[in-house]
Amino acid sequence: MSANLNLFTYLLRLADDNMVLSQRLGELVSWMPELEEDIAIANLSLDHLGQATSLYAYAGTIEAAGRNEDALALTRSEREFMNAVLVEQPNGNFADTIARQFLVDAYQVPLYQALSSSTDQTLGGIAQKAEKEARYHLEYSSTWLVRLGDGTDLSHDRAQSALDRMWPFAADLFATDDVEAAVAAAGMGVDPTTLRDSFDSTVARVVELATLRMPTDTYERTGGRTGMHTEHLGHLLAEMQSLHQAHLGATW
Amino acid sequence: MTSRFEQLIAANEKIEPRDEMPDEYRKTMIRQIAQHAHSEVIGQQPEGNWITRAPSLRRKAILIAKVQDEAGHGLYLYSAAETLGISRDELNELLHSGKQKYSSIFNYPTLSWADIGAIGWLVDGAAITNQVMLTRTSYGPYSRAMIRICKEESFHQRQGYEIMMTLCDGTEEQKAMAQDALDRWWWPSIMMFGPPDADSTHTEQSMAWGIKLETNDQLRQKFIDMTVPQTEFLGLKIPDPDLSWNEERGHYDFGDIDWDEFWTVVKGNGPCNRERIAHKRKAWDDGAWVREAALAHAAKQHARQKEVA
Amino acid sequence: MSYDVPIIEGEAEITFGGGAGAFPLWEVFVRASRGLNHVHVGSVHAADADAAMQSARDVYTRRNEGVSVWVVPSAQIHASDPHQKDAWFDGDHPYRHPTFYDIPDEVGHM
Repeated sequence: MSANLNLFTYLLRLADDNMVLSQRLGELVSWMPELEEDIAIANLSLDHLGQATSLYAYAGTIEAAGRNEDALALTRSEREFMNAVLVEQPNGNFADTIARQFLVDAYQVPLYQALSSSTDQTLGGIAQKAEKEARYHLEYSSTWLVRLGDGTDLSHDRAQSALDRMWPFAADLFATDDVEAAVAAAGMGVDPTTLRDSFDSTVARVVELATLRMPTDTYERTGGRTGMHTEHLGHLLAEMQSLHQAHLGATW
Repeated sequence: MTSRFEQLIAANEKIEPRDEMPDEYRKTMIRQIAQHAHSEVIGQQPEGNWITRAPSLRRKAILIAKVQDEAGHGLYLYSAAETLGISRDELNELLHSGKQKYSSIFNYPTLSWADIGAIGWLVDGAAITNQVMLTRTSYGPYSRAMIRICKEESFHQRQGYEIMMTLCDGTEEQKAMAQDALDRWWWPSIMMFGPPDADSTHTEQSMAWGIKLETNDQLRQKFIDMTVPQTEFLGLKIPDPDLSWNEERGHYDFGDIDWDEFWTVVKGNGPCNRERIAHKRKAWDDGAWVREAALAHAAKQHARQKEVA
Repeated sequence: MSYDVPIIEGEAEITFGGGAGAFPLWEVFVRASRGLNHVHVGSVHAADADAAMQSARDVYTRRNEGVSVWVVPSAQIHASDPHQKDAWFDGDHPYRHPTFYDIPDEVGHM
């Protein structure tokens, strides 16, 4: 694979994570438990959308085939999307949403931190901005996980189930192949396995504060990085892409 | 002897939360601010309906930011209402039980992307006409909320008009989509200003108290006069055969408004009244365990801090 | 938005002074930029101080309005009584203001 193709693929994987998660969070606007939380969830959705947009736009430049951020987000198929399967999981109840977000945040903080010193300046710049956002997200999702875990008996049970349910999908954030190896070797990208310690310690710390227990399920559901998704993604994309696809070539 | 309240109103000074005020003023103010807040909150729904399908990433970001603003504006307004001695939970309950209303415009469905343009352009346009007046309203917290809201909403109408312009410069299908949206949103938008002055029961008192500074008909006329040239620029046609410039009045004349439709929707039988409230109630009810958890956690934290101290 | 919704049958009679809501109310103060005071901007509902801080940030600084936020439980604010306005705030004296003093122009700016 050429260096450019590796970087292009890597950028798409990063972008797809953010795009799909933004889409899930966008579904929740007006459905939150309090007005303040509607505003908070919209912020999260916007931050991930902004990150996706920058990454797609840069990926389009690297590919140099005339595809812009809209083409990359709104015309690729389910099998072409390379997000980790965690982010496509349905919103479920509030605890599911928070658990999913927390696991992503615990991964994205060290990810963007490492990418901030990428030898690729454009990617480094995107990561610097994203790191600040991710830190805030982690604070938001951690404090909520603690409130739910250390709240009522019901919320404790729901938080534990949510964490247990999302856990096997989190493994996909750390899945790696030749693409990551190549971009990491070039100093442009990060080998996600190097982020695992930071992730594990964040999770352990917050799980303890939340009076929860670490998930014990060792099953790992991966495949997203090569387009092997759960069945949920197809529905998400069908909705997200419907209007754009119905008027291909139109300007909005 | 005139009361201090009357003196303040006469001197065009703002009334502040701890001032004495007539019960009727307080009630009118609570009612109006609450309706306004409920409108912002329910207003998240028709536009939120297109967040997941926005046709480009730029439009998606703008739309999320706009819907988020609506939640924020609802919150500013609930804060203002709370200074009058009613809690947000009480106001929520009044909305959920149908005992307080919100603007009828949000009881119409958004059926195509062009509706997002039409809402920004027409509905926000009508709202701004009203809200600019309300920045000078006599109750301080309401006036301050309105100033902040007007500042933030200046982008709402512009982004809506930009959507309409892009559609009208686009394919035949897009242009037809824009016209269809105008056809459906025009009349509900001009109904937003409320019944004609002759039938409006509380306008007179509201004006005497400086709550309202212009009448429904004055505001409606102002809005129509502004909007007609904007429509011509788009190359669209307003669905009113009687619309014409009246040289003598210096205003546009317009056709009869279907007030039966207006009353039907206000009374709860519009296309989406039931769905809007059901949606809001479901979100609230489904969130009960989360709010309980947050309170329980806060209580535990409080107790732990006490133990340490 | 606008909202002159006419009164119709079944509408609630407005009552006030009822119970407080479940989540306590917090007053929010924002410092717009370094060198300026924190200024009151509004309020939020939240179960605890962390949540109040996060909501205040999300609600009141969406457009870069601030570099610092304070939240204070509304119940903790003590306010002066508007009835006492005259007794409290009409105590100004003209000699506290520079224009009270006549200084000849020849002296120059002072």
